[in-house]
Amino acid sequence: MGTIQPKVAEPVGDELALVHAAKAGDISAFEELVRRYDRNVFRIAQHITQNREDAEDVVQDAFLKAYQNLANFQEQSKFYTWLVRIAVNEALMRLRRRRPERMVSLDEDIKTEEDSMPREVADWAPNPEQLYSQGELKEILGKTVQGLPPSFRTVFVLRDVEGLSTEETADALDLSIPAVKSRLLRARLQLRERLNKYFKNRTGGDGKQ
Amino acid sequence: MTCSDFLKELTDYLDESMDAQTRAELEDHLQWCHNCYVVCNTTKMTIEIYRDSHLYELPDDLRTRLRSAIITKCQCHEDSPGAAPPNAEVRPIDSPKTK
Repeated sequence: MGTIQPKVAEPVGDELALVHAAKAGDISAFEELVRRYDRNVFRIAQHITQNREDAEDVVQDAFLKAYQNLANFQEQSKFYTWLVRIAVNEALMRLRRRRPERMVSLDEDIKTEEDSMPREVADWAPNPEQLYSQGELKEILGKTVQGLPPSFRTVFVLRDVEGLSTEETADALDLSIPAVKSRLLRARLQLRERLNKYFKNRTGGDGKQ
Repeated sequence: MTCSDFLKELTDYLDESMDAQTRAELEDHLQWCHNCYVVCNTTKMTIEIYRDSHLYELPDDLRTRLRSAIITKCQCHEDSPGAAPPNAEVRPIDSPKTK
């Protein structure tokens, strides 16, 4: 069986030069960094907060914070990983504000191993995403990822949507590598389980088709 | 290898981050365990569908608005630690990029 191929990272050859120029006060260099990563930061923020206004605020505040703290960026990691760390913190802070009644933390852990164990094992239709229109598919995927605990969907969006490595994800979230792997496994299995009802092969059965 | 053992290794298997011997053991399990084969295959599809879905794309008009707001705010914070010293020349945002 084939495996998941990681996204090929875009070349970042001139990135350090942009960071240096921005540190020296070149606002156009910083604007280029914004242009390079604003879509990613928005996607991450929207996955975590599940709220469009919050995601917009996170994009603005994360870049502003990055600009104000550029002098503290030690260049031991990629600029993007450093930026992601800032964006995730901003997003979690906003989520906590909206849900003060619930603890929201990356350390929030999982009660039992069983919560992610497959309950329904059914094969899916070939190309199941084609069973739905683009709009319907986005609604299904959005609703499904929203049902994950924040700590799971944060790891999932960084690893599987943005293509960060396990090490980069651990670095950005200040988690251990085993903690990242554990959350990622559970996020993937829970999403799979929840998507079953939309994507399973219905050749003999009920529902859509 | 049991199904539970297989599940524990599923993430490393899909990410190809394991030694050859463990990989061979997992693939042997997949040969005869239909349930694990299905779980593995549909988990892989889950990841691919999300990766290709363009969920939460930033629309162009909002993108332009946000970028403009960010740069304006940054220019208002020129005395911040990461920004230019007060007497440094700050080029307008639409000037040619530094390469």
